[in-house]
Amino acid sequence: MNWQLMWDSLPRMLGGLSLTLQLIVGSLALGALVAFAVALLRLSSNRLVERLAAAYVFVFRGTPLLVQIFLVYYGLGQFEFIRESFLWPFLREPYWCAILALTLNTGAYTSEVLRGAILSVPQGQVEAARACGMSRALAFRRIVLPVAIRQMLPAYGNEVILMVKATSLASTITLMEVTGIARRMIAQTFAVFELFIVAGVIYLVLNFVATRLIKFAEWRLTPYLRARA
Amino acid sequence: MGTAMTVAVAVSAFAFGILVGSIGASAKLSHSLALNVLADVYTTIVRGIPELLVIYLLFFGGSGVATAIASAFGYDGRVDLNAFTIGVLAVGLISGAYSTEVIRGAVQSVPFGQIEAARACGMSRWLILRRVLVPQTLRFALPGLGNVWQLTLKDTALVSVTALAELMRITHLAAGATRQPFLFYGTAAVLYLMLTTVSTALFNRAEISANRGVRRA
Repeated sequence: MNWQLMWDSLPRMLGGLSLTLQLIVGSLALGALVAFAVALLRLSSNRLVERLAAAYVFVFRGTPLLVQIFLVYYGLGQFEFIRESFLWPFLREPYWCAILALTLNTGAYTSEVLRGAILSVPQGQVEAARACGMSRALAFRRIVLPVAIRQMLPAYGNEVILMVKATSLASTITLMEVTGIARRMIAQTFAVFELFIVAGVIYLVLNFVATRLIKFAEWRLTPYLRARA
Repeated sequence: MGTAMTVAVAVSAFAFGILVGSIGASAKLSHSLALNVLADVYTTIVRGIPELLVIYLLFFGGSGVATAIASAFGYDGRVDLNAFTIGVLAVGLISGAYSTEVIRGAVQSVPFGQIEAARACGMSRWLILRRVLVPQTLRFALPGLGNVWQLTLKDTALVSVTALAELMRITHLAAGATRQPFLFYGTAAVLYLMLTTVSTALFNRAEISANRGVRRA
């Protein structure tokens, strides 16, 4: 075990951390917006809209993320009209392709989590809100959504961990985040285990922090469970 | 062809994963503290780091370890693991970590009274395991194992980085050669969708058959 090498590789690996964090935060934030929209569409009473949203979720949950990333990065450039559209300056960049693919992927998974949480809100609470004279929108905003978000947090925590790990796939489309740097250094030095351990520890720390943050959010959102203690 | 290879890797890795998962679950449920800690470390690490990193570790480091193990047994010479073995080992180790948790949960949900009852009937430990514990565990574990299977199937796409000629690798080559990446990755996506759809249906049937002795509410 070459401790010196491990120690020396740390700054270079941490150089990729900022990109990894950008991918995580960017795709989770955008993915939450997508998930919110898709969950609402799936709960709509319009059959066509509901089917479309269900098809989106089915496709993105049923295919490997790697296929999705390659489809966006390599596939979209095949079409003339995309190359000529105003989106091309973005879709040409591996960075935005990775964000787009990760966003669509996590959006599909999160929408299912959110949909389940919205459905789990007791109907009586909605009825009570309506009886108090709240409009449907107000009842959704004040009653359904807060309860649903609290409900979905544990499952969403799993999704966050999956996303932390999924960002490593961005290295396959030339992005130099933590895994990309680790792979390049392994190819240069053949110190497989040392570099693997350093990269692995970085991801473990990231996941540890992520789970703590989710736990904290859960704690903040459930004051009624604490009051007794 | 590539699809067949994908299915082969996925099935072998899943089977290996269940084996690892059973061992891991029994380690977690054993009374030995060392085994508990060991199994915990395994599942925490494998579930906490990216799958791609695990595959790189075995791809770059697997042959070295195999050579070291072989030389410990008195074989001197280099052992090269082929891409298939590496893929199955890597994906199997990942799948095993998830299976461990699923199987552990399933074993724990078998009511202890049933074990006591079987013991009171005079069954030996092995007979209890075979007749009571395993069938019941299977029933509780199937939905979870279905999820693990879907993960495993999709993880096999990552094995393409080791140049194993599975679905994703062949798609990558074809897309590069024909300059029609969207068509080929789209086809790959459809093939993966078919695999996941068919296996969902199969798992549903397996669940029905495992639950045939259970009264419906």
